[in-house]
Parts: sequence; structure tokens; C-alpha cells
Amino acid sequence: MEKILEVNDLHVTFTTYGGTVKAVRGVNFHLNKGETLAIVGESGCGKSVTSNAIMRLIPDPPGKISNGSILFNGKDLTKLTEKEMRQIRGVDISMIFQDPMTALNPTLTIGSQLIEGLRQHHKISSENAKKKALEMMDLVGIPNPEVRMKQYPHQFSGGMRQRIVIAIALICEPELLIADEPTTALDVTIQAQILELFEKIQDTTGVSIILITHDLGVVAKIADRIAVMYAGKIIEVGTKREIFYQPEHPYTQGLLKSVPRLDLKGEKLTPIDGTPPDLFSPPTGCPFTARCPFAMEVCDKVYPFQSELSDTHHVECWLQDERAKQLLATSAAK
Amino acid sequence: MKPRKTNHSPSPAAVQDDWFKWKEKDLSKAESVARPSLSYWQDAWKRLVKNKLAMAGLIFLVLLTVMAIIGPMLSPYKVDGNDLPNQFLPPSGDHWFGTDSLGRDVFTRTWYGARISLFVGLMAALIDFFVGVVYGGISGYKGGRTDNIMMRIVEVLYGLPYLLVVILLLVVLGPSLTTIIIALTVTGWVGMARIVRGQVLQIKNYEFVLASKSFGTKTKRIIRKNLLPNTMGPIIVQMTLTVPSAIFAEAFLSFLGLGIQSPFASWGVMANDALGAILSGYWWTLFFPAFFISFTMFAFNVLGDGLQDALDPKLRK
Amino acid sequence: MTRYILKRLLMMIITIWIIVTLTFVLMKAVPGSPFNEERTTNETVQANLEAHYNLDEPYIVQYLLYLKSIVTFDFGPSIKQPTETVNDLLGRGFPISFELGIVTIIVAVISGIILGILAALRHNGIIDYLAMSFAVLGISIPNFVLATLLIQKLAVDWNLLPPATWSSPAHMVLPVIALATGPMAIIARLTRSTMLEVLTQDYIKMARAKGLSPWKIIFKHALKNALMPVVTIMGTLLAGILTGTFVIEKIFAIPGMGRYFVESINQRDYPVIMGTTVFYSAFLIFMLFLVDIAYGILDPRIKIHKKGGGE
Repeated sequence: MEKILEVNDLHVTFTTYGGTVKAVRGVNFHLNKGETLAIVGESGCGKSVTSNAIMRLIPDPPGKISNGSILFNGKDLTKLTEKEMRQIRGVDISMIFQDPMTALNPTLTIGSQLIEGLRQHHKISSENAKKKALEMMDLVGIPNPEVRMKQYPHQFSGGMRQRIVIAIALICEPELLIADEPTTALDVTIQAQILELFEKIQDTTGVSIILITHDLGVVAKIADRIAVMYAGKIIEVGTKREIFYQPEHPYTQGLLKSVPRLDLKGEKLTPIDGTPPDLFSPPTGCPFTARCPFAMEVCDKVYPFQSELSDTHHVECWLQDERAKQLLATSAAK
Repeated sequence: MKPRKTNHSPSPAAVQDDWFKWKEKDLSKAESVARPSLSYWQDAWKRLVKNKLAMAGLIFLVLLTVMAIIGPMLSPYKVDGNDLPNQFLPPSGDHWFGTDSLGRDVFTRTWYGARISLFVGLMAALIDFFVGVVYGGISGYKGGRTDNIMMRIVEVLYGLPYLLVVILLLVVLGPSLTTIIIALTVTGWVGMARIVRGQVLQIKNYEFVLASKSFGTKTKRIIRKNLLPNTMGPIIVQMTLTVPSAIFAEAFLSFLGLGIQSPFASWGVMANDALGAILSGYWWTLFFPAFFISFTMFAFNVLGDGLQDALDPKLRK
Repeated sequence: MTRYILKRLLMMIITIWIIVTLTFVLMKAVPGSPFNEERTTNETVQANLEAHYNLDEPYIVQYLLYLKSIVTFDFGPSIKQPTETVNDLLGRGFPISFELGIVTIIVAVISGIILGILAALRHNGIIDYLAMSFAVLGISIPNFVLATLLIQKLAVDWNLLPPATWSSPAHMVLPVIALATGPMAIIARLTRSTMLEVLTQDYIKMARAKGLSPWKIIFKHALKNALMPVVTIMGTLLAGILTGTFVIEKIFAIPGMGRYFVESINQRDYPVIMGTTVFYSAFLIFMLFLVDIAYGILDPRIKIHKKGGGE
């Protein structure tokens, strides 16, 4: 399969008042053409920072991509100038933000916000731009587009605004769409509609999607593959099936146990105790050690190596080591 | 299954076999990783101290207050000690800041003026605070129709041109220290009332207040622990910024001839008296009062800015 | 929108009415004012006063007649210059004060906004630091101090500009600088802080994600939102400039309304004080009303009762 995006050893740091926050600490993943990759994790784990890094939208200062590469169709985005990057934003890669209530400019009409990206990147008459905008509004399911174009954001409901945001993101027909918590701010019923819209869009346009979320329910619906992030690292990645049915990392297992599921009746919901570590001074070993029910002494000392369970399923955990398996076996025997 | 080396780990050989045993369970450690929690005020103070400009302002104001108290005692001259033969003496060993058109000692008068300015500023801020907190607090806490009516009144008062009303009042009441303070506070409290009401309204509905209510915490405790720290920030800032505007208003009114009456000194009176004199080159008669008005206002303004940054919970990091 | 305007209009009328009533009550309350028993000695003045304020009628009738005269823009006689009325003084002085005020506000708004934007765009840089130090100084130095400083240095010591009066554009420079510095500093600070806040908004991030140029992001997306708060404080700034003209006209010997007003205060020329206060208050309140309307036009969210919105 053709890789559209490849992120290698990405590090992002923020220099603040109180010290340097290592928000993303060596993240590796890739995205195939036409697939949906979900990046899942608790708030503050670095998933949004990762997506902003791909768009090169990390505010600098204080933020900085301190190491690593982001290859988009073979081109390293971290090496581009701001001007070159502007030719990519909105055209090749688009982004959808979490809160549709704040993502639209309250003082500009929907129409002008839709069209401006198109006119920035393509030589297109305002007539044709308008036609295209109406088409997009139709695609994302906004009734009465002619009238709605002349209205302001406050005249739309949350769900309708998110549809507009999606239309804006797609109007230049990008190859990659990054959706940062696109349904978190919405009502549950609206969430389902928006997720269906994503599926429909992917069917009609073939766009590749990176879906950032903390909600495994959202993931189950539309993701092909899932990457689980914790404390600035991707600790497990695999297909949806692998992650849901054979989770190997105790954190992934914990996440799944803390989400209600219809397919596993009778299971109790158990939250993960404790809080993630402070990223001002992340631990040298596995950051999950303090909360891990299977913590070993090695976990504190050394960060685990990556184990390849299949071509698609990778996990970073000491439990994969043969010596840990022996320890598990002897403990189980007792 | 082959373990693959990730970029920043040591070689597999470095991982010793005897490290593979269960760790002692210690969940409390997960909590201790989080940073030590400072109280709201400690945290704010820490941030204020880091703001050099605000601290400089604070130090200036402390020194000014000290000099306002002891300054006039340091000099052998009286505030209204006319000494016509010695008019317009430049600064010297005898008269550190020189003398004015009536031979009065500018040094003595400057510190006397500091008393007046600080007193007017602080009184105006305090009265605004009390009236504003009571009015705004009741309005915000009661809500509904009471709030509606009370805020309509505020809205109308807010529309009144502040200094014009003050001038009108002073013309009628006759200028004196008391009447200046009264005139400044008659409409001045409105801004504070608006802020207090806004804070109360906002915080009344905060989830954490509802939460502590539903946990059965006593109302007093809710107010002390939750409402107060969160409400006080903008109020303290508003008070800090009321002081310089009152000091300015006093100087302005004195300059119009509506302030403290000569022979008593206020910075505005001194500046007004000096107007004619500076054209003849007696710069010190204007320089000292002007310098202290400007720097006092500057100090209060930067301190207010610093407090605003330090007390804003949104900026907590 | 119509409802919004009507509400504001009603508010404006109430506020003006309060000012008018306040002046009336206060003037009646002043001991030793010509409106009380102890009458002034000048015959003409007495006759003028009685004619205008109907002093022989009961208070309530006096009050109603006074209201009527205000509505018809008749502000009454002066007691110090028996041949003049407040209207004469306003007719002579106000155009000059108005000119000074308008030039000041234009200078303050333009330079304040530019300074604020520059500071925000170079956040924490040298320009930001310099602009904001300058702004805090501008807020802290009272305009009458700045005015005397300017006269002393630029006019007397260096002889660059005329120190007083109001007869050519060159004469305008110093008074306008003295009067505009404070409001400019306030506008600069406000523009900077709202600009900084607006720049962190999601819609700005979204505009960047669209690949728009920084120029377009600032002028199309950020500036309009950043200037909303500036519009809301325009009323306060206008009031400050207006009262500022009192001292500035006094210092620069400009024959505007402000100087007449200060003279009338010093001479306790009560009818002039009353008339000018009412006139200036009404003027300011009307300006506030215009600012409110402008705000309603600029911010589409205010048109709440328009048809067609929502779902």
C-alpha cells in the first residue's frame, strides 16, 4: 500500500516559564492512502500536538519541532519554509478543529469563510468559487445552501457549524484530512451524524484521515488502524481488530476496560487509577509504570523496546520480553 | 517475536535479568509526580515577584508612602510657610527641591502633596470597593428582577460623564478634601459594581460551586474557599487602577481651581501654581509635582497590570 | 436592530434627563447662588436671570420651563457678561473645541491601533517592549503635565513650534499631542491585548490551516475582532478628551469652549456652568449612543431579532 504520510522520531518541545515541556517524545507512525488512522489517548498525551506538528501549526515560540521528520508524499514537511508550507495547508492537508463554536470567525459570513481558502490557492472566478462552495455545502448536508451562505456563524447550531468546518476543510480537495476531536464538543446524536459524514466523504473523495480522539467509541466506528498514545509516545499501534481484541499494552487494556461496550456483556467498567506523568520531567523508563498493574523494576529503569506482534501490530512494553513472560507464568502458577 | 530496538533505548544487553521482578505497588507515587500544589495566593504572589516592573512599582509606592509620612518632618519649613524674599530659589542645600513663587519649600510641599494624593486615591478606591461590592454583590446574588432593575440604574449612571458630574458637584459643594472624595465616589463605584456582579454571576453557576454544594459543604466554606479567591482577582486589579485615576482626577480638579485650596499643597495645586513660573525658567516648581504625579500613576498602573497577570487563573501554569 | 436602537435611544434620553434634573436641583441647592434669595446687584443680569429661569414661579413650574428651554437648545444667560448668553459662548467656542477634539481622536485612534498591532505581532520583542513602555508612560503622565513639558521644551527652549493660541495648523501640533497621548496609549494597550487574545482563537488557527497569508489573516480575520473592544471604550475616551480640552485650552490659551468653561468655574458663573455641563453631557451621551450603534453594525451577533437564523 502506498504511504501518504510517514512520521519518524518526532519530538516537540515547549519552552515555558517553568521549564521545558516534552510534549511529543519520539513518535513514529505512517498513514496509507485512503485509510483512517485514529490516534487515541488521554488529554495532554501529545496527540493534538502531533497533529499540529504535521500542519506546522505549533506556535513558535514557545513550541518547536526539535527532532524527527514528517514525510508527506516523500517531502519532509519539517524542512519547508513557512511560505512553502502555506502552499500545502488547506490544499494538500486540511484540518478540522475540536470546537465548531470557536473555529468559525464570528464576524464573517459562512460563504466568505468557505470561499477564501479556494481563492487563496486557485485562480478561480468568484462565480465558480461560489458554485463550488454550494456544492460542498450540499455534500456535507446543509439544506438551503444559497440562503445559508450569506449568514453568520451564530445563526448555525453546533452540528451545522461542524459541517461547515468540514466543508471548509474539504473545499480544495485535500489528500489528507486531520480531524482533531471533531465530535467531542457535540451532542451524542449529532456525533453519530458527523461520523457518518466522515465515512461518506471518504467514500466519495478517497481522502486519507487522521482522527485524533480520546473516545474509543468514535474510533470503533470509522478507524482502520489505531495508534494509542501515552505521555508523548505511541505505545501501541495496530488494526482496529488487533487493538480491540488483542490489546497487549496494559494501558490499552485499561483504556478498553474503562469504556462501555455492547459486545462484551457482563464486563465491569474499571477506570485506570492515577494520573499521567508530568511532561516537564518525564520518567526515563516507561511513563505508565506508576499506574501499571504489571509494573516491574525494569520498567522504571529503561524504556521498553518495540515488539512487532504482526506486520501491523506493534507495542512498546516490557511484558513482551521473554523474561517477563516467565515471570508472569511463575506468578500465575502460585 | 523479535524485540526491535527503538531509537533512544540502550542496547538489549544493558537490560539485566534481575530487573524482571514485580515492583512494589505504590499508587501514591503516581500522585506525587504531579507538581506541588500552591495555594492561589502563594502562586499569584510568586508570579507577581517575577514581574520586575510591577515590583519596581510596588517598591516605589512603599517608599512614597514612607516619605509622605515622614517627609514633611524632615524639613524645617512649613507647608504654607510664605517667605517672599526667598521666592524661586533653585534646589540647594537649604531647599532641596527649591522654593516656589511665594518662597515656600517645594520639598515639604511635595511630600505634603503625596499625603493628599495617596489619601484621595486610597479613600476613593476603598469607598468604591465597599459600595461596589455591596451593590454588585446583591445584584448578582439575587439575580432576576432585582438584578435587572439594579443594573438598569447602573447603566444609566455609567452613561453620565464622570468628570463633568464631579465638576458640577464640586462647584456646588465647594472644594475641600472631603467634597473631592465624595464627588469622586458618587459615580465612581459603578465600575466596581459591574465587575463584582459579573464575577458573582459567573461564579455562582460554576460547576465546582454546584459540586461543593451537592457534597453538602457549608455555604460559608464555599464562599471562602471557592468564591472568594476567584472573585477577588479582578476586584483587586480594579481597585489598584482606581487609585491612579482618582489621583489624576484630584490633580486635574486642582488644576482647574476646584481642588484643595492654596496654601495647602496637592500635586495638582503645585502644578497649577507653577504654570506661569516655568516659562521664566523656574523648572523645579513644576518638575517635582509633575514627576511625582506621573511616577505614582505609573507605579499604580504597572502594579495593576502585574496583579492582573498574576491573579488571572487562566494563566496558571 | 431597530429594537436595539430604540432601547439605546430611550437610555440616552433618560440619562440626559437625569443630568438636566441634577443641574437644576444642584443650582437650587447652592447657598449664595443667584438662583436663591440673595440676588446679585447687577440689574441687567437680574432681569436676564428672571426672564430665563422664571424665578418668580413655583419650583415645579421653573423646572418644567427649564426642561422646555433645554429641549429648544436655549441654555440661558451669563451673569458675568450681561450681554452674552451661553449660546453665544457655545457658538464661538465649541467649533474650536470640536476641531481640537476631532483631530485628537483621529490621531489617537490611528496611531494607537498601529502601535498596538505592531506590539502584538512582535509579542515579547523589542517593539512590543518599547511600545508598551511608551503606552504606560502615556497613560501615567497627566495631559496638563505633558502640555507644560511640551511648551517648555519644543516651544520655549527649542523654538520649534508656536506655544499658544489657535491660528494655524502648526499651532495645533502641541495641543493635539498633549491631548492625544493618553487615549492613544489606552487604545494601543487595548488593541495589543485583544489582538493577542484573538490571535490564539481557533478561527485564526483555522485561517492558518487554510493556508492564508499572514497579511490576510491579520487584516481580514484578526483586526476586526480585535477592534471591537476599542469601539466599546470610544465613549470613555471621548469623555476623557472632552474634559481634557478644559485644561489644554487653558494652558495653550485656545479660545475654545473649554477655556470659557474653566473661566466660568473660576468666576462661579453658575448659568454658564449649568448650560455648558448640560450641553457637553448631552453631546457626550449622544456620542456614546452613536458608538453603540456603530458596535451593533460591526458585530453581526448583536442583530439578535433578525429573521432567518437558527435551526
